[in-house]
Amino acid sequence: MTEIFSGLIPYILTGLQVTLEVTVLALGMGFLIGLALALLRVYGGKASSSIIAVVTMVIRALPHILLLLLAYFAIAAVVNLTPFWAGSLSLAIISSAYQCEILRGALLSVGAGQMMAARTLGMTRLQAIRHIILPQALRQAIPAWSNEAAIVVKDSSLVYVLGVPEILRKAQYYSARTYQPFTAFIAVAVVYFLLTFLTNRGLSALERKLRTPG
Amino acid sequence: MVEPIIRLDNIHKSYGKDDILKGISLEIMEGEVVVIIGPSGTGKSTLLRCINQLTVPNSGRVWVDGVELTDPKVDINKARRHIGFVFQDVNLFNHLNALNNISIGLKLVLGMPAPNAKEKALLELKRVGLEQKADLYPGQLSGGQKQRVAIARALAMDPRVMLFDEPTSALDPELIGEVLEVMKKLAREGMTMVCVTHEMGFAREVASRIIFMEHGVVVEEGSPEQMFANPQFNRTREFLGKISELYGKHTE
Amino acid sequence: MTYLTFLEIALPELWEGTLITLQITLITLIIGFVIGFPAALARIYGGKALGAISTAYTEVLRGTPVLVQLFIIYYGLPQFGVTLPAFSAAYIALGLNSGAYQAEYFRGAIQAISSGQMLAAQSLGMNKLKAIIHIIIPQAFRLALPAWANEVVSMVKVTSIVYLTAVPDLMTKAKMLSSKYFNPIETYLTAAVFYLVIIGILTVVLSYIEKTTRIPGLEMEAEAR
Repeated sequence: MTEIFSGLIPYILTGLQVTLEVTVLALGMGFLIGLALALLRVYGGKASSSIIAVVTMVIRALPHILLLLLAYFAIAAVVNLTPFWAGSLSLAIISSAYQCEILRGALLSVGAGQMMAARTLGMTRLQAIRHIILPQALRQAIPAWSNEAAIVVKDSSLVYVLGVPEILRKAQYYSARTYQPFTAFIAVAVVYFLLTFLTNRGLSALERKLRTPG
Repeated sequence: MVEPIIRLDNIHKSYGKDDILKGISLEIMEGEVVVIIGPSGTGKSTLLRCINQLTVPNSGRVWVDGVELTDPKVDINKARRHIGFVFQDVNLFNHLNALNNISIGLKLVLGMPAPNAKEKALLELKRVGLEQKADLYPGQLSGGQKQRVAIARALAMDPRVMLFDEPTSALDPELIGEVLEVMKKLAREGMTMVCVTHEMGFAREVASRIIFMEHGVVVEEGSPEQMFANPQFNRTREFLGKISELYGKHTE
Repeated sequence: MTYLTFLEIALPELWEGTLITLQITLITLIIGFVIGFPAALARIYGGKALGAISTAYTEVLRGTPVLVQLFIIYYGLPQFGVTLPAFSAAYIALGLNSGAYQAEYFRGAIQAISSGQMLAAQSLGMNKLKAIIHIIIPQAFRLALPAWANEVVSMVKVTSIVYLTAVPDLMTKAKMLSSKYFNPIETYLTAAVFYLVIIGILTVVLSYIEKTTRIPGLEMEAEAR
């Protein structure tokens, strides 16, 4: 029993930093890519809008593990990245398709009247998007985005297959060494649960804080 | 002596610190049409729901058709079969068409065979003038039509009394008339009715008694003539004046 | 080796894997329904204790990676002498996981039904059980259909993780082919086409079912998983 707290948990937690880094990188890069895609999808030309629509739809229809391996090998064919970076970038690409959809919905939920009102004041389209539409849309997107953040926390476990030493991989090493796989995987499940729980709590606190009155 | 068909004895109901009903006693005879009026938040709807025990009073006793419904030994589901209830927000079953909204109670509660239930449901739809709409779902009916189906649904159970909880107050003005027509017809056929409504045209025409409630008590009651022409209390006169102004016009 | 000769070898393999993927999807959806629907009822109508158990189940299963859940069942249980075949472990782990999501969809649907429906049923003399069975549940099923259709598509995707426990599904077949012929990009793209076709067909069929069973006025927005 003491072994769990003195051996298992400290050992798994040595992978926590990697898990957090993968998650934050995937979410952050996924957000930047997703936001760019969403803006092009909503405000871009017809061609770019439909291409993005098809590509994001295809990504959202495919298993994440398949996409991860596909992106990993595609990246490896072009540049030499470590599994950590290739994995994080792959998860970012996957997440960007979902974030694009979330942000597109949020952009569309800001009524056309807002854009018209901004334009009548003499703002350019870009100014209107930047100062009027986006601040409202991003606030609107937080609940769905928080759901996606929790999904990326869980998806970070997939880079296990690339051999990245995150917490699931650490749990597997531990179970191979001690023949206590159940204990090890339950422990890692607890860590993931706390991470998704804190992600949801944190983001809903942020949402309350940022909520526009009325 | 004839027994009243509905008897309420000293009904109290409170939610937390809010006393909604503060000792209401009432007797309603068979064939009476009683209209309950009063400012909003006065407990009219709560009183109506206490009659069929959708709301259970804190104290006091309720009898309907000789059975005490506040008796814990009474099978309340059995008793409710014969107390028709029409809701302000209609509450038709959204997944059933008009016909099946009416027949489901017949089949499930009264155990009527399906063909008979269907026949009876069609008859009830005819009674409210909607036999053409039997196959339509609630989402395809107008507000007034929905409420008429809801009345037919209650009538199909062969109720001894009908309770109406502001049946027209959620409707667009132009749809109120058709519902009131159905209710008036029912009143003329001799149905015992208790209606919470502010439709004073309806009250004037068919009510045998008007009850004015405020702050959880009955302030005054009497025949329509007496209540409109010569109310005992100033409060009653004020209130009747106000609602006649607000609701009186379109029913004239 | 040209791509065409590769396809000649790969297609029968991937087709076999597709059948396994569909089999796992179907069975886990059924298990998930058998667990998830009662879990939703327990959470809403079950009182404090049952409600708490149901809440804990859905929150824990939705709050942890399905990969970890599969590892606990397949690699973890042997610690106690319980060794499950790869297929059974996949059914149990994915079934439990789907059950948690299905419970949430059904709960959302039941809670979207106005309380007036229950009151109206009771005013006709129905008891609570009859009202739940004949009035609430049929509406909940209809309301949950779009979300449930999403769950079907989700499960096809989720099943792919069984390749880590050596169940020969579509993903596993792709992995095997790619390490045998050293052409991961071609293989995974081919497998991707298989997944797209499966999901395309399922989406069309499910939206057809949704359309034909549509009840005017009885709708609710689907949530994404």
